[in-house]
Amino acid sequence: MSKFLSTRAGTWTGFGAAALVLFGAAPLLLSGFRLGLLAQFLCYAIVAVGIGLAWGRGGMLTLGQGVFFGMGAYLMAMHMKLADAEFRNGPGSVPDFMELAGLRELPGYWVPFASPVFTIAAILVLPTAFAVLLGLAVFKRRVKGAYFAILSQALAGAFAILLIGQQSMGGFNGLSRFRYFFGYNLDDPVNQQMLYFIAAGVLLVVVAVALQLRRSRYGELLVAVRDAEERVRFLGYDAANVKVVAYATAALFAAVAGAIFVPIVGIISPANIGIVPSIMFLLGVAIGGRASLIGPVIGALAVAYAQTALSEQFPSAWTYAQGLLFIVVIALLPGGIASIAAATKRFRREPVTAEAAA
Amino acid sequence: MSQAALTCANIEVDFDGFKAVNGVDLTLDRGEVHFLIGPNGAGKTTLVDAITGLARYTGSVVKDTAEKGAVELRGKKVHHIARHGIGRTFQTATVFENLTVAQNLDIAAGSGRSPWALLRRRKHLPDTVVNVMEQIGLTGQAATPAGILAHGQKQWLEIGMLLVGDADVLLLDEPIAGMGHDERETTGRLLHDIATDRAVAVVEHDMDFMRAFASRVTVLHAGAVLATGSVDEVSNHPRVQEVYLGTAHPTAPSNDMEPADAATA
Ligand SMILES: Nc1ncnc2c1ncn2[C@@H]1O[C@H](COP(=O)(O)OP(=O)(O)OP(=O)(O)O)[C@@H](O)[C@H]1O
Ligand SMILES: [Mg+2]
Repeated sequence: MSKFLSTRAGTWTGFGAAALVLFGAAPLLLSGFRLGLLAQFLCYAIVAVGIGLAWGRGGMLTLGQGVFFGMGAYLMAMHMKLADAEFRNGPGSVPDFMELAGLRELPGYWVPFASPVFTIAAILVLPTAFAVLLGLAVFKRRVKGAYFAILSQALAGAFAILLIGQQSMGGFNGLSRFRYFFGYNLDDPVNQQMLYFIAAGVLLVVVAVALQLRRSRYGELLVAVRDAEERVRFLGYDAANVKVVAYATAALFAAVAGAIFVPIVGIISPANIGIVPSIMFLLGVAIGGRASLIGPVIGALAVAYAQTALSEQFPSAWTYAQGLLFIVVIALLPGGIASIAAATKRFRREPVTAEAAA
Repeated sequence: MSQAALTCANIEVDFDGFKAVNGVDLTLDRGEVHFLIGPNGAGKTTLVDAITGLARYTGSVVKDTAEKGAVELRGKKVHHIARHGIGRTFQTATVFENLTVAQNLDIAAGSGRSPWALLRRRKHLPDTVVNVMEQIGLTGQAATPAGILAHGQKQWLEIGMLLVGDADVLLLDEPIAGMGHDERETTGRLLHDIATDRAVAVVEHDMDFMRAFASRVTVLHAGAVLATGSVDEVSNHPRVQEVYLGTAHPTAPSNDMEPADAATA
């Protein structure tokens, strides 16, 4: 089956089936509330596709994707808060939470986010550019492995703490109570469904981009860097640049996911972007299979579902279960669920094919 | 283009006060299979590390290039040095185990590709890759993951990866380690093939192999050049015999140059 899926016809069939489920079956079968939940899970899946690329293919253990997710989310939230304020009190007015905190004047860096075009451009450019700069600084210095993982996790922690201290960014409570998304009333079920469709569409696009990258020569080069970085350098490539591309792409995916998460869920706060959420992003990818294309998507959806189902009943137990699951997967099934198929194949003594060619 | 492809002058590598390479002069000519021999710890690998940018050194390494004439390599980054046509292999074969033979060679051929070319899918293999695959005898294994190749095949693949990358100075660190007799013969002939328009340096412990295939030999000992010349010249060099045998012995049988401490290498 995996052979068929790697052909052109197979690819179209796969995307067609996914589109049928996401755009046909799900909206028909699920209630509005559940569709909203699924939309939220799809945001996590979009982050997961990026992690699959950077970690699974590129070997960079991105333990801090909350940073980029948070950047995208906060940038979008700033625009939506300004739009709401403008709707109530006219252009240039201060969002409600600032009024409550006694801020009368709009901080300068908020002003340009009144423009929808500027906001979207900022979401696409700022987190990606930050990832490029950070990636260059880190990878040129050959920081990798556990050091890179700790660094990215520390960054996520620091980013969340920084935001808690910023009253003009909503502080500990974050930004919430949005009414409009680019002029669409968020209370209207039709608009809520539209947001679901946006999330589903973005997921398909993101998977398509990841697929193209994997199948391109760049994708092969990325695997080569993952497996023997030094060797790649001796062949005349700047391995750091190869890694930066995958890292920045993952950052872009996370930022876009954050940006659509905000109108769907209606809140973004430091609790959504710090160390714990960053680990949750990774957990889904590890469970689903980091090196496969669809594994991270399935894993992210499964973890998000389990969290919603279990954390309401056993809030503290879930945190432990999460950690335990992570250890079990890494120790017993490093290739994730996606590797079970390959393992049974090996068991049946079918001919082995190279990972990238499969 | 002159005969000398690479000229090293007075190379010194200092590891916290210990001089692993201590004032080495070395010239690698096109058309030669130049053997670098010497006991364990003589500094052979360190010398290769220096030339390829992995170890810091003083002195100078000048590469003769087609486009820019003589280029000083000292201080350049590893990947820049590689782009000036210096290729190396490692004492332990390193290929990309999860990629196929064809993919390994295609990557090695592509360091000059534009970002656009990289982002596209490979339609067919470049001619150089197809030719080199033939030359190293791995055409039948094109779709085999490099990780499951036989030991000798991995080493040929590594050499092939340097050939497709247009390297014209090849530094091979123990390329026949672990090979059987027939594989050694094949490798020796391959080395002579590729040396017709390239400079090939081979670090080796195997003296029979050296006798059969060396056009020139440089003997290193304790970080310095002991002797350089033809196989006969260095075999008869009294200092070389001293280092390898502890005694002078001009008409020794063929195994006499096996260094005592490298007998198992
Ligand atoms: N990074 C390093 N730091 C300190 N000393 C080193 C380092 N690398 C090598 N050496 C020392 O430098 C000397 C030369 O080592 P080198 O690996 O170049 O020898 P070699 O001639 O390649 O030996 P062999 O035949 O065993 O491969 C050895 O004494 C070694 O211990
Ligand atoms: Mg050595």
